[in-house]
Amino acid sequence: MLDSRPALDSRPAARAFPTQDDSAPREVPFRGGGFVVARWRGASLGFFAAVLGMWELAVRNGMVSALFLPTPSDIVNALWELGASGLLWHHLGVSLERIVAGWIIGTAAGLALGLAMGIWSLARAIGLPFVSALFPIPKIALLPLLILWLGIGEASKIATIALGVFFPTTIAAYSGVDAVPRNLIRMAQSFGLSPRRVVRVVILPGALPNILAGFRVSASIALILLVAAEMIGAQFGIGAFILAAGNMMRTDQLMAGVAVLSVMGLIIGTVLSRLERRLLRWR
Amino acid sequence: MELIVEDVGHAYGPVMALEGIRLTVRPGEILALIGPSGCGKSTLLGIMGGILRPTRGRVLVRGAPGPESLNPFTYVFQDFALLPWRTVEGNVALALEHHRLDAAERARRIEDVLARTGLQEFRNAFPKQLSGGMRQRVGIARALAARPAVLLMDEPLSALDAQTRELLMEDFLSLWLRERLSVVYVTHNLTEALRLADRIVVLSRRPGRIRRIVPVPLPQAERAAPAAQADLAKLHEDLWSLIKAEAQIAEREMIPDEALDA
Repeated sequence: MLDSRPALDSRPAARAFPTQDDSAPREVPFRGGGFVVARWRGASLGFFAAVLGMWELAVRNGMVSALFLPTPSDIVNALWELGASGLLWHHLGVSLERIVAGWIIGTAAGLALGLAMGIWSLARAIGLPFVSALFPIPKIALLPLLILWLGIGEASKIATIALGVFFPTTIAAYSGVDAVPRNLIRMAQSFGLSPRRVVRVVILPGALPNILAGFRVSASIALILLVAAEMIGAQFGIGAFILAAGNMMRTDQLMAGVAVLSVMGLIIGTVLSRLERRLLRWR
Repeated sequence: MELIVEDVGHAYGPVMALEGIRLTVRPGEILALIGPSGCGKSTLLGIMGGILRPTRGRVLVRGAPGPESLNPFTYVFQDFALLPWRTVEGNVALALEHHRLDAAERARRIEDVLARTGLQEFRNAFPKQLSGGMRQRVGIARALAARPAVLLMDEPLSALDAQTRELLMEDFLSLWLRERLSVVYVTHNLTEALRLADRIVVLSRRPGRIRRIVPVPLPQAERAAPAAQADLAKLHEDLWSLIKAEAQIAEREMIPDEALDA
């Protein structure tokens, strides 16, 4: 947090340096300070608690209708009931299967194409225009087509997620390889390393930071596409559950579903942070 | 082993960087290449070790490298070129691990070069944890691990501060006095060249041609002595007058786009 600079002296700055000769030594006025990041332990937790408390109070006092905005305790209750009945786990399980399968397929394909584009000029010449042209398409728009091709079942949803993951992963891998300093490659060659070995020893580890950053992007895209795909045509899954809860005006269940998604996102982010800290210790 | 540069020329697109270079690196000598910036010193070094293909001429070797040599022509780079994700030990191992060496021999070599460069206690450090001087020690250790016949050094000290440079130069010299391998040493620093080199090749500005090859008659071991200073100062002055005018022109020159890509 930035601390504002302390007011040391109320005199105008010009008077700090008198032009007339003044033989008495004076201290040089201090003008630094402030604009330094300070640690505020617990501040975020306190703010979070305050928001939840105000929310709870506002609904209980009738300032906001409980039908439209359930209290935090209602949401926790709904979560508890859903968990106890086993319904939550079923929805979550179905969603996890879809997102994991889609993410892995999209990542594998994206890494393959992206690394190839980084390493071989021909692959780059072919792949870059292709990727640039298809990257901006919102992949959810392709779901109806994918349903026609693959049916309403799991395959079309997994394919949508995989497609959404594929493009950012390709670009992350490609630009990661591109960012490996040329002099490191020359160095490796000067020691007689084979091209295959240069790729393994220099290029892949050098591209890793970019690839991991790409995972962050692709994971959040996968989560968005998961929910969207499940809202369009699914019986089970967190997205389908949220939609159904909304249709029945069960806002407590709806918000419980949203909370589950937020926890999912949080867990993905934490896992990736851990992975980065472990693999990129050298940075 | 002798390295013979035969009428080498190099162009980056339409820009001539080097022209008509003929010289021989004798076994066990330190040959310094000096010249104004942009005169093609580093280009010539790249050609000599086979990581750059000259547009004209060729480089020949006579004789065989020692039986222990894994990489006869080995570079030490100005920017160290260490893999940031590998420890000191891992960076040294890079020179060895693609060769058929048994684990004991590999460990012995790593141990040996770490000891000789004073890096033993830093073996598990990552490059970012080391000072510039220590990083270049790793670069030198990595090169020595491959037991080169010719060591090709591209301004190895110019990324370092003056004091570190002095220290590392003396350490390198004492290493060399024991090993006596052939060294080609690119620098723009006359003092470095005069401290280290047996012969100094003075290049002209672009296109780089050999203007003169100046022998330094004193043995390296005696050059730090006060008695040698007058002779060295005289040589320094001669060399400076040789390159001063061109250095002035080179300083005011713009680098053509074609050369920037190189």
